[in-house]
Amino acid sequence: MTILEFTAVVAIVSFIAGLLGSLTGLGGGVVLVPLLTILFHVDIRYAIGASLVSVIATSSGAAASYVKEGFSNIRIGMFLEIATTFGALLGAFLATRIPTNALAIIFGIMLLYSAYLSRKPRTLAQRNLPPDPLATSLRLNGSFPDLEGPRSYNVQHVPTGFGLMFGAGALSGLLGIGSGAVKVIAMDHAMRIPFKVSTTTSNFMIGVTAAASAGVYLSRGYVDPGLSMPVMLGVLAGSLIGSRILIKAETKSLRLVFSIVILILGLQMLYKGIWGHI
Amino acid sequence: MTLRQVSADQSPSFKPQPWRDRRIEIILGNLLRAGVLLSAAVVLCGACIYLSRHAHESADYRVFRGEPSEFRSIPGVIRSLMNGHARGLIQLGLLLLIATPIARVSFSVVGFALERDRLYVAFTLIVLAILLYSLLGSGFTL
Repeated sequence: MTILEFTAVVAIVSFIAGLLGSLTGLGGGVVLVPLLTILFHVDIRYAIGASLVSVIATSSGAAASYVKEGFSNIRIGMFLEIATTFGALLGAFLATRIPTNALAIIFGIMLLYSAYLSRKPRTLAQRNLPPDPLATSLRLNGSFPDLEGPRSYNVQHVPTGFGLMFGAGALSGLLGIGSGAVKVIAMDHAMRIPFKVSTTTSNFMIGVTAAASAGVYLSRGYVDPGLSMPVMLGVLAGSLIGSRILIKAETKSLRLVFSIVILILGLQMLYKGIWGHI
Repeated sequence: MTLRQVSADQSPSFKPQPWRDRRIEIILGNLLRAGVLLSAAVVLCGACIYLSRHAHESADYRVFRGEPSEFRSIPGVIRSLMNGHARGLIQLGLLLLIATPIARVSFSVVGFALERDRLYVAFTLIVLAILLYSLLGSGFTL
């Protein structure tokens, strides 16, 4: 393949990755890494470097409109980023000390279960819970523009959510990918944050988690300009379109897309755990 | 909180929050958009030059060679730019993109300080400190 052809095809694949990444709050890496390595035979280290670029491009590209439209809750994001960044430090420290294969298998099974769980919408009773004192004192409760008009929500189980976010950060340090999935699941299931707020706040957060590990990948020479160029431009275009779609989309369809993507991620993790690579 | 906001809600246990963070949200949104557009423009310029020179060479990423030192650090990228390399221009755009989340966290500190929200100024400073620690502690040179 010539560089021109390669650039064009990678840009198209990246566009889809950016679209899915911004709709689900997972970033583009979930789709991009397996496609680049399996379809285009790109070395895993170049693919990881490109994935880092794609996560930041999805996050910053879509976050601009998610934050302006009032979907992302910046307080929830900033508060939970303390847990994810500390977790990522711990994960990077543990990476050489614990068996990541076993961890990838457990994480894979967890994701398959979450893929099933995430399909179910919440009942009205689960939606209208009274405010939690801790969430109130941390000023986490908020509102967002739902399809029928502004909707308020009260954040629940803050300590559980914070703990899960610590785990999400540690996993991203240990396994490289998958932290976005735990972020959305923690906010959606544990903290009972509306799905659109969960995915857009996760989207807001993943850029910071990725930027924290950018130094490692850059200094190891994983970020190739020729490969990352179509990835960045494609993902960015995809995430801008994706953010327009999310605003008007039904939560039900977004849950479906999310559960399909984390099903793919779960299978990737099992594969990685059993065969030792992505 | 205004009366209208309370009456708009059916459930008495449901307390809508006034949208205090509107100003920060607009500032952060504009900052992210500007950062993304700037980095995309730089990458696009680099891409045009790169493709006009190398379009018909063959693409090969099967074997990992590691990037040359000029793409691994900020001084390296600047050196590469001075030598007129298109790939250096692309790498500069990628570095600008990587800087957007960091700029976003830094501006959040200012935003929360303007709101006199000490708790969140502290939270954001913690995040910024860990972020800079892991970025600079990795051997990456500014």
